[in-house]
Amino acid sequence: MKMIQCVSPKTGGTLEVLDMDVDTHQREIKGRLGVVPQENNLDPDFSAYRNLLIYARYFGIPRREAEQRAEELLAFMQLEEKRDVLIDKLSGGMKRRLIIARALINAPELLILDEPTIGLDPQARHLIWEKLRSLQAGGNTLVLTTHYLDEAERLCDRLVIMDHGKILVEGAPADLIREHAGSDVVEVERTPEAIARLTGLGVTYDVAGDALQVFTNRPHDVARELFEVCRHEAVTVRPATLEDVFLRLTGRRLRE
Amino acid sequence: MIDITGRVQSVWRRNWDAFLRTYRVNFIPPFVEPVLYLLALGFGLGTYIEAVDGIPYPVFIAPALVSISVMYSSFFECTYSSFVRMYYQKTFDAIIATPVSIDEVIAGEMLWGATRGMIYATLMLPVLLLFGVVTMPSSLLLIPFAYLAGLLFAGIGMCFTAITPSIDALNYPAFLFITPMFLFSGTFFPLDLLPQPIQYFALAALPLTHVVSINRAITLSAFSPANLFSLAWIAVATVFFFVLAIRLMRRRLIA
Repeated sequence: MKMIQCVSPKTGGTLEVLDMDVDTHQREIKGRLGVVPQENNLDPDFSAYRNLLIYARYFGIPRREAEQRAEELLAFMQLEEKRDVLIDKLSGGMKRRLIIARALINAPELLILDEPTIGLDPQARHLIWEKLRSLQAGGNTLVLTTHYLDEAERLCDRLVIMDHGKILVEGAPADLIREHAGSDVVEVERTPEAIARLTGLGVTYDVAGDALQVFTNRPHDVARELFEVCRHEAVTVRPATLEDVFLRLTGRRLRE
Repeated sequence: MIDITGRVQSVWRRNWDAFLRTYRVNFIPPFVEPVLYLLALGFGLGTYIEAVDGIPYPVFIAPALVSISVMYSSFFECTYSSFVRMYYQKTFDAIIATPVSIDEVIAGEMLWGATRGMIYATLMLPVLLLFGVVTMPSSLLLIPFAYLAGLLFAGIGMCFTAITPSIDALNYPAFLFITPMFLFSGTFFPLDLLPQPIQYFALAALPLTHVVSINRAITLSAFSPANLFSLAWIAVATVFFFVLAIRLMRRRLIA
């Protein structure tokens, strides 16, 4: 991400952003990018509004234009009431929204977001998702990294799952789920009876802690079989998610 | 190669805006400091001192007070304050995500540090005039010279900021470099009272020595060829530390 942003030097290979080489066109690229960093680095010496104006100055945006854009962006991110409030007095969700507003100050052609909703409560996350979707609807290109797979599933048209710096799979979320997890997941308590029945059926399963997971396109058939040998509450059928894909591809071992 | 364009002024402006936002507290030191020092040292202790080299003691220390104020304001701006912006506030990270380069961020910080020194010298001047310890109009030169001297101390400070592991470690240069300079640079007594080797050391390694000697020539309106040597020393050192600070900071920030 840092290399795309032209902040860290490229470690190898070739890298072009917006058809420009990152080694030779750093300023041009940075001028057309919007960056939402993972860490909050708003300027604590200034109010929300002044933060946007001062940031606009770094892009060389004329003052009149910057003022107009700052007001529009505060309105867009629902921060008008906090216009003249210092950063320290904003909640976590407001800070994230202001950072997104700041990243949009130069009307970027490409918006890069690093974990945009990390550490936020559900209301704040949903508001940010709503805003990001409306940006997408407006034709903007967003590149985002996230550990929240529900976030990726909701927002991404195209998704890349990476592990230890290697690309594992790539595609639309729905396709990836269909391909790597099937349509549904049947989860059942890990009991000898359940294992015996699944083995008898020749159904493959994954062990996830004290549960067994069956990835299948025929969840009803599998569930019916399991109901015969297990308690009712012990069997759950749910649609497969990206999280299932991720865990299947990268394994369940903790990664430090 | 150092990569600096006009965008450097956006970094400078950010600090200027922050300074103005808290101007009341920022304007106190340059008014209060000279009054306290002149009263305590100039007219208190100074009553026991008839004259230094034929100069009344308050008049002798007045240019030193300006020099010290410039040193403190520029040095501390580019050490503790810059470190806070760089490390705690992540302000530099935010700026280098825009078309502004790292070189411009660091240069802007140093130019701002110099500006702060100049602002302080400017604000001190009327106080010193009121006490009648500086001569006009030559003393107006204190102001532009404060910018150059400020840039020197800003550059030195920024070098320490670039290599310091933590904010606490900045106390080392503050106590081991700045405080000795405050006392042994011909500030409150003439340099030639010191043993010869220490005099040479002060002239070679303590930038404040040269700043004081030039400021004293300015306030007394008594210039000598030695001032040219001091000016050259300062000019060379300023360029050296300015470039070094940018290089060290690049190494620190580009990971």
